[in-house]
Amino acid sequence: MAITESPAAAVKTPAPAAEPTPMVTIRGVSKAYGPNVVLRDIDLTVNKSEVVCLIGPSGSGKSTLLRCINFLEVYDRGEIRIEGQLVGYSDTTPRRRLSNAELRGLRRNVGMVFQQFNLWPHMTALENVAEALVQVRGMDKGAAADRARQMLARVGLADKADSYPSRLSGGQQQRVAIARVIAMEPHLMLFDEPTSALDPELVGEVLQVMRDLAADGMTMVVVTHEMGFAANVADRVAFLDRGRIAAFGPPREVFHESPDPRLTQFLQTYHERNSF
Amino acid sequence: MDTNLLVQYGPALLRGFGVTILCWAAGCAIGMALGFVIMLLRQIEVKPLRWLLRAYIEVIRGTPFLIQLFLLYSGGPAIGLRLEATTAGILGLGIYGSAYFAEIFRAGFQAVPKGQVEAAHSLGMPYGGILRRVILPAMLVSTVPALVNMMAILTKETVVLSIITVPELMYEMQTMAAETFASFETILGMALFYWLLVEAVSRLGRRVEARVTRFLSHPSNARA
Repeated sequence: MAITESPAAAVKTPAPAAEPTPMVTIRGVSKAYGPNVVLRDIDLTVNKSEVVCLIGPSGSGKSTLLRCINFLEVYDRGEIRIEGQLVGYSDTTPRRRLSNAELRGLRRNVGMVFQQFNLWPHMTALENVAEALVQVRGMDKGAAADRARQMLARVGLADKADSYPSRLSGGQQQRVAIARVIAMEPHLMLFDEPTSALDPELVGEVLQVMRDLAADGMTMVVVTHEMGFAANVADRVAFLDRGRIAAFGPPREVFHESPDPRLTQFLQTYHERNSF
Repeated sequence: MDTNLLVQYGPALLRGFGVTILCWAAGCAIGMALGFVIMLLRQIEVKPLRWLLRAYIEVIRGTPFLIQLFLLYSGGPAIGLRLEATTAGILGLGIYGSAYFAEIFRAGFQAVPKGQVEAAHSLGMPYGGILRRVILPAMLVSTVPALVNMMAILTKETVVLSIITVPELMYEMQTMAAETFASFETILGMALFYWLLVEAVSRLGRRVEARVTRFLSHPSNARA
């Protein structure tokens, strides 16, 4: 049977027979701050429409790895490619580090959601979402505002369009931040502990938006401490420990079948903290 | 104060007041523009340029304004820079202010939350756009109090211009005092006047501050 590229299906098959299209390929990536090695020889592939969660104790390098993917953080060795394009360096030997200006083409297709939301406080929710549409996509202000309104509706915040971030709850702010990213129609979304700064009762609304995105076929790399989300939504989970990927695979395998003692310990700590 | 004096010297004092305001406003504008450019140039990672700008700021801040003004006005011709007194005064105020404004802007630039700039970069925004739409508004919020303070200081520094014969208020007042010997009242009047001027600038500053930070307020049910 001739198998063509599978469409971004809402329902995902656990073991796709079709050849998966790689979205992100990370090969031998290492990074050190002076003598302090934070990433050691990381290999990781994220396929199109796949959700990969990065878990691990703090200081394990998961956020650093995520930030290397859109080159907010510089990696020293190895290579990261997004849709075949080398991230952060010229594709020549010897390679040359690219400037922020040269990275713009790549970054417009890679959205990032931050732990601290990072909304611009002097702009309303609508203006936050519309800004990059005008500056990067070249839309005129009216069209950008219309699109921003649609995106806010998609994250359930149509009625907050004219509110400044200071008047929104953390969960609402994070949803605006997600709207700001999806308005750009990224091919890939990076989430850096998107719910870690939220009050517990506000975590659910943000995770729900992320679930919807995953169901729509968005390719996502998520650094998270939400083990429930990782177990239920991720296609694969990577456990990072001391700068290495110590376990990697479908959530069931990683959470229940991994022999790695550090992972067992990490999950145990997690369970203890969340049981009362 | 003798009312006849006011009638006789009123027009000159009024002109002097105009010149004071002109020198102050133009000096502030030049100082802020120059200070902003210096702050931006200081972000460039070229060592000689950094040393040069650092030296400029240190020298300007480390020497009295009066001496800077003399150097510019009297020393200028030695290097072919022949300025009219008022022009020299405005330029001198601008240069003097620029060193302080540059430092205020630098602190403001550093205080811009890094995440807000990262978010803009991660969306692929061009640096010019980030500067204009993200960095500058954030800087405005954090620097307004310091900027207003510096502007208030510069209102008082304008009196120094009288020494190089800029016909500003202090100069006119001294002329009047010399001709009428009414020195105590005039000097007291001057002090009061400058105090009122500084007060006006501060008040204006507080209004600007309230205006640029209004989005930070969190009234529970106010209309957005």
